[in-house]
Amino acid sequence: MKKMLSLLKNRADLEIIASWIKEGSTVLDLGCGDGNLLYYLTHSKNIKGMGIEIDLERMINCIEKGIPVVEHDLNQKFDNIRDMAYDYVILSQTIQELQYPDLLIEEILRIGKYGIVSFPNFGHFKIRVNLFLNGRMPKSSVLPYDWYNTPNIHLMTLKDFKVFCKERNIKILKTHYITGNRYRKNLLFPNLFAEGCVILISK
Amino acid sequence: MRKNVGIVKTHYLTVAEKPEDYIKLDSGRKFGPITVAYETYGKINEKNNNAVLICHALSGDAHVAGYHGEIGKKPGWWENAVGPGKAIDTDKYFVICSNVLGGCSGTTGPSSINPQTGKPYGSTFPVVTIGDMVKVQKRLLDRLKIKKLLAVIGGSMGGMQALEWTLRYPEMCNAGIIIAATSRLSPQSIAFNAVGRNAIITDPRWKNGNYYGKKVPADGLAIARMIGHITYLSDASMHKKFGRRLQHKTKFSYDFSKEFQIESYLDHQGTKFVERFDANSYLYVTKAMDYFDVAKVYGKGSLIKAFERIKSRMLVISFTSDWLFPPYQSKEIVNGLMKQQKDVTYINIESSYGHDAFLLEIETEAKVISKFLDATLQKIESNREESL
Repeated sequence: MKKMLSLLKNRADLEIIASWIKEGSTVLDLGCGDGNLLYYLTHSKNIKGMGIEIDLERMINCIEKGIPVVEHDLNQKFDNIRDMAYDYVILSQTIQELQYPDLLIEEILRIGKYGIVSFPNFGHFKIRVNLFLNGRMPKSSVLPYDWYNTPNIHLMTLKDFKVFCKERNIKILKTHYITGNRYRKNLLFPNLFAEGCVILISK
Repeated sequence: MRKNVGIVKTHYLTVAEKPEDYIKLDSGRKFGPITVAYETYGKINEKNNNAVLICHALSGDAHVAGYHGEIGKKPGWWENAVGPGKAIDTDKYFVICSNVLGGCSGTTGPSSINPQTGKPYGSTFPVVTIGDMVKVQKRLLDRLKIKKLLAVIGGSMGGMQALEWTLRYPEMCNAGIIIAATSRLSPQSIAFNAVGRNAIITDPRWKNGNYYGKKVPADGLAIARMIGHITYLSDASMHKKFGRRLQHKTKFSYDFSKEFQIESYLDHQGTKFVERFDANSYLYVTKAMDYFDVAKVYGKGSLIKAFERIKSRMLVISFTSDWLFPPYQSKEIVNGLMKQQKDVTYINIESSYGHDAFLLEIETEAKVISKFLDATLQKIESNREESL
């Protein structure tokens, strides 16, 4: 099992996601990369999984692992998936790269009973300090890009996301905060101190 | 030279011999006996779970890999994908390929002798469908004692047969690999086939299909092939391969000779084709393609409903510049499978070769196929262990 967990490459968010998913469920992973999470879940939790990816090499790595994977632009609707077709729909570290994040979240909760999203928190104090003192767009290990070449076109804070969910009547069922390589259930002033988060949502 | 399966021979086997065993065609007519031309490579394993059936395209035959006569001569039509260590690895898998019903490369078709009359069938040959071709392949596998296929694979019309297999015999296919194909021809594709057939039928030598032993409708068949070839290429690949270059000269001759390279290429393809293909088979096989429509047959018009019965893992591959069976048609298959939450993988490979890409753009395609087959075999083996 430990060996299997190493598949998740010490990515705290993936470990949390894996721990939330129930045995034998159906899982759709949006932006599934090399298919490691789905492979792990297939063999440790007996789930039926499917991945969505656009990078060819990554798709081939999924195929090698026996993970079904389909090319699909996440900025497009999933006309090919029925309502509530999946138990869980995962969107890890991708939400900030989308053109229409709001539409995809609605779409996730149409095709899945639960949505699991993870994203970097732009409200973290280091980022705030950075912007305040330098007056330039902040960079960090999770956000290493310049303003002109960043794929992260829709950055938000933890608070932004919570407000968004409230406005849309989306229930936040669980939240885990990430600091460094660790994750925790409780954190004081999370919008200041969490570098990232994983959130379980439903309608 | 890359490793290959060596010198191979086509085998022949007769199925549906007695009237009670005749195959019931989709048209309602019963038909037999049928001789099937086929080749096999590799060995069936002890568990009988490594058989791969390859289905050929319109002008293909049973000779998919290796050489006939001597090494280097007459390679199989998918020699770059089938063989030891290749995409469809004959060291691991037992590979079977047979010529289609209605064809002209050994399997019974319009040019075969009707045992009841002692003369070639010609136009008395029944109209067949892709489904009928698959029924004949099933009879062949029964005789070879193959109970379940690891995978059925095909490109173009071969992909249609592969799709038909997963629908007609879902219990028999662990995986279906559908390359550069469609679940039904678009009116545009039917139009090209219709022009090809018209070229043959209007050739005065066609004589209602009864030209055997006389001069064949070579002009009509050559034109049909030229039209076909145009649809297999792409605007970009024609630019690259021929441009506006002239053949053997630099100046226009201001006449109607075949001046441009593309003209002489098409002419050459047409002439070459007449030497190896029967005009009537071209009519029958293209008609079978036109009739193909799995939504109609299995889903009362709905592709999604049709796919409910599929039990195979599915791999769908398309090529970006294919305008005969464009990516959107593969995507339709994928969308239907996704709606049914089937095990489906879809890759749209970047290529400028057009429809022919499935034979030429081999690198990515080979990688994808070999990994998919490996993973499928692994899945079967682990399921087997669990059930033991």
